[in-house]
Amino acid sequence: MIEPLSWVVAQVRGQAEGDGAERRFAYMTGAERSAPAEPGGHVVGRRRFLGYVLAAPTLVAAAELGTAPPAEAGIPSPEPTELLDLNDVMTAAALPTSGLITVEVHTDGTVSFALPRAEVGQGITTSTAMLIAEELDVPLERIRVSLADARPELLFNQLTGASNTTVSTYHPIRVAAAVARGRLLRAAAIELGAAVTDLTLQAGVVTDLVGRSIGIGALAEKAASMTTQQVSVDLKPREKFTVIGTPRGRVDALAAVTGRKKFAMDLDVPDARPTMVCRPPTINGTVGSVANADEVRALPGVTDVAVISTGVAVRAETFGQCIDAVRALRIDWRPGTVEGESDESVLADLAAAEPPLGLPPLTPYVEEKFTFHFRGNSALEPNSAVADVRSDRAEIWASLKSPIVAKEAIAASLRLPPQSVTVHVTEGGGSFGRKLFFDAALEAAEASQKMGKPVKLMWHRADDCRQGRAHPMATSRVRIDYLGSTVLGYKQRHTSVATDLGHGLGEVFTALAAKLPVGDIGFSETFFQLSQSTPYEFGLSTRLLNETDKGFNTGSMRNVYSPDVTCARELMVDRLAARMGRDPYRFRHDFLHDDRSRAVLDKVADAGGWGRAMPAGTAQGIAFHSEYHSVSAALVEIDCRPETVNRPIRDGVAGPRVTKAVFAVDVGLAVNPRGLEAQMMGCVMDGIAQTLTSSLHLREGYFLEASWDNYFYTRQWNSPPELRIIVMPTTTGEPGGAGELGVAASMAAVACAYGRATGTMPTSFPINHGTLSFTPKPTVPPVPQSPTDGLDHAY
Amino acid sequence: MPEHTFRLNGEQVTVDVADDVRLLWVLRDVLGVTGPKYGCGINVCKACTSHLNGKAVNPCAIPVKNLKPSDEVTTIEGLPATVGADLHPMQQAWLDQDVAQCGYCQPGQIMAAVALVRKVAEESREITDADLDTIRNVCRCGTYFRIRQAIKAGAEKM
Repeated sequence: MIEPLSWVVAQVRGQAEGDGAERRFAYMTGAERSAPAEPGGHVVGRRRFLGYVLAAPTLVAAAELGTAPPAEAGIPSPEPTELLDLNDVMTAAALPTSGLITVEVHTDGTVSFALPRAEVGQGITTSTAMLIAEELDVPLERIRVSLADARPELLFNQLTGASNTTVSTYHPIRVAAAVARGRLLRAAAIELGAAVTDLTLQAGVVTDLVGRSIGIGALAEKAASMTTQQVSVDLKPREKFTVIGTPRGRVDALAAVTGRKKFAMDLDVPDARPTMVCRPPTINGTVGSVANADEVRALPGVTDVAVISTGVAVRAETFGQCIDAVRALRIDWRPGTVEGESDESVLADLAAAEPPLGLPPLTPYVEEKFTFHFRGNSALEPNSAVADVRSDRAEIWASLKSPIVAKEAIAASLRLPPQSVTVHVTEGGGSFGRKLFFDAALEAAEASQKMGKPVKLMWHRADDCRQGRAHPMATSRVRIDYLGSTVLGYKQRHTSVATDLGHGLGEVFTALAAKLPVGDIGFSETFFQLSQSTPYEFGLSTRLLNETDKGFNTGSMRNVYSPDVTCARELMVDRLAARMGRDPYRFRHDFLHDDRSRAVLDKVADAGGWGRAMPAGTAQGIAFHSEYHSVSAALVEIDCRPETVNRPIRDGVAGPRVTKAVFAVDVGLAVNPRGLEAQMMGCVMDGIAQTLTSSLHLREGYFLEASWDNYFYTRQWNSPPELRIIVMPTTTGEPGGAGELGVAASMAAVACAYGRATGTMPTSFPINHGTLSFTPKPTVPPVPQSPTDGLDHAY
Repeated sequence: MPEHTFRLNGEQVTVDVADDVRLLWVLRDVLGVTGPKYGCGINVCKACTSHLNGKAVNPCAIPVKNLKPSDEVTTIEGLPATVGADLHPMQQAWLDQDVAQCGYCQPGQIMAAVALVRKVAEESREITDADLDTIRNVCRCGTYFRIRQAIKAGAEKM
């Protein structure tokens, strides 16, 4: 154990109380973290924290978001993720700039909280409500969690990414709620003429020893403070939790199933009319000239036509008339940023940029190169935003994971001071990394300014596929050398089209670059090093990333580098195990670093019936992945028999069917196991898609895909009829990241199963990329007309 | 502009809009009924799935002129009223299974599920995995498994 260096100590703000010990969180090495923690094992001393009561007419309790200062500098280490990973960097980056988050108690007995994060389906409004309900002892259904507008004072504390939300808000939100609880009890003591120690707060009602009671609504004003005060609180110990760690349904479920949940395009902003953009035939082409703007302006329903940076915006009474107008425009386009490029040319560039592995070792080794094609991270809700830009101010509504960066960029684009731009964060219809960027919000602001009217701007699905962000194409070369039953070294060289991190994460790293234990390297390499690790006892491990920048619109897709990197690694683990004559599961079991990792692997092997006899053409695959201070393992069964692969599917891809998936996850402490289970289910579907069916094909400077029947994300006919998610019991006692965690192991397990079922290890992903399974739509006009035969397909 | 009239969630509505505007935009942009979502506009993703006279259809592919005055359009907003309750059994099954993640596709998923269950019931048989495999609605959050469970549970209460 490298004791002095392995402890990156973060002191919670404020002075120690109680037993006088310093209160510290310790981010430990992988090995240490793996050990089941003692209750409160990450905190020395009593769980006392400092919060605030703010001056307000009703009770407003607050806490600082961000409780861990920057990591100690200059830590030498071959495995940076053991010391701190991306979550730690983001948490660390937060401290010096953090503002307050507030829990407000209202006279109707409800409690509200504006979460400075984006809810895009990952369930953080629910888990946040659970944290407050737990600490405040108020029923979950009385907690109202909304999404905060862009708050520049929070700086990097308003970025939703890297599965960091629960990690970074777990303590601050509870501290604010605990402050509120203390104030309510004190106010009740005065009202009831009782000692605070004789009161209980349960289900939103304070009761004294003789049974007199008063609700928190009646206390909301009495508990308020005339002045802002700092107060210290104890947090509820884990053994007393009755909400955290229990499975709960989503707080927005009823709104979702009744159609009442409002997304950006559902908002009723006065005079904001449907707006679409006629986009270029190649990626990032620009407008040369428009031949018929007046003619299009005169089409039924059309109110405005304006050239903007990315194309020609049209505003109309309905989106249908926008589509008509976009299709009617005759535009002379200038070339894009990847003119003439294709899959083949990008692959050649990647090959030329591959970092060397060095000379082959003298010992036996396994080596392989894997290719991962472009993938789209389109959500079902396309890029969209509402903008109302006036001469002196602007108001924007959109689902944004980096709203502060968006606000600043929009202000700069409009030449308005940032304080004149209000950015509202709306509920998001999925993200998968897409909403880290604000492409539609920038366009909406520009269009609104040029037209002098409010706009409701939405990308057509074809736009979202062809001009939207993509997961970059990458190759990964892996070499593992061994001798006898010992693995001597692991090398991985990942070469990728550049991932655009320009949404704020880059700035986090800029700020912290000098403090990171990874030396003077770029943002992407830093991100790569912080998010990747080798979980096996494989001797000396090195992983390097090199990027080529080809002018593509890229972004962090769910789980970023990990699905590809892990898939390559796990396939090579299977090959190495085979070379050594070992069973893939037993081999992993014996080489994993720690018991916590082995526990999830053992769990899926047991629950999934690893090793059971299966017919020829079908097989099991097993894989492991750790990240975000969490560990996960997947076991899948796949059917690659011809009758399954070739089963008829109209306008879709059948292919091999994953018939069963078992996934075990240990996030340290699952705030909402039911929500965690849902996230892992989604991750499994992503993993299936990435191995088997979903990719973008680049030809002549544009992506061929323009529809969900071109881009083959997992559909019902690809989904496993048997799926089991196992949430492991609490281990570390602190929540790790979860939203993206499951993609990597799922993708890898499907790939391993495919290799074992067919007898040939796949090396290019998705496996069907070489077959174009659809007829590409035209690029001019850029969007297809809506069909008119809907009545013929009623069922 | 021409007038078009049809029944929407139990009420007669009349709109003044060009003949070829698809029903999806009439619902969303003209009438402000936003339960049916846009996901593709070409009858592929099925996020706008609603019912016409009790059958599942996709409003993005129906010009408004194709509707007759007596045609009954039911969107997710009007689904509970078809069973005279606050929630349709399929919506309740969705809550029980905690299906929704982002929720964007779910109105369409529920409307498709109700129509599928009715169709299978008319054929006097139980819903099978093969039936569930025919559902084309895209869920990019990947809630497919809970959708399957919810449909099986909801079918028993329908």
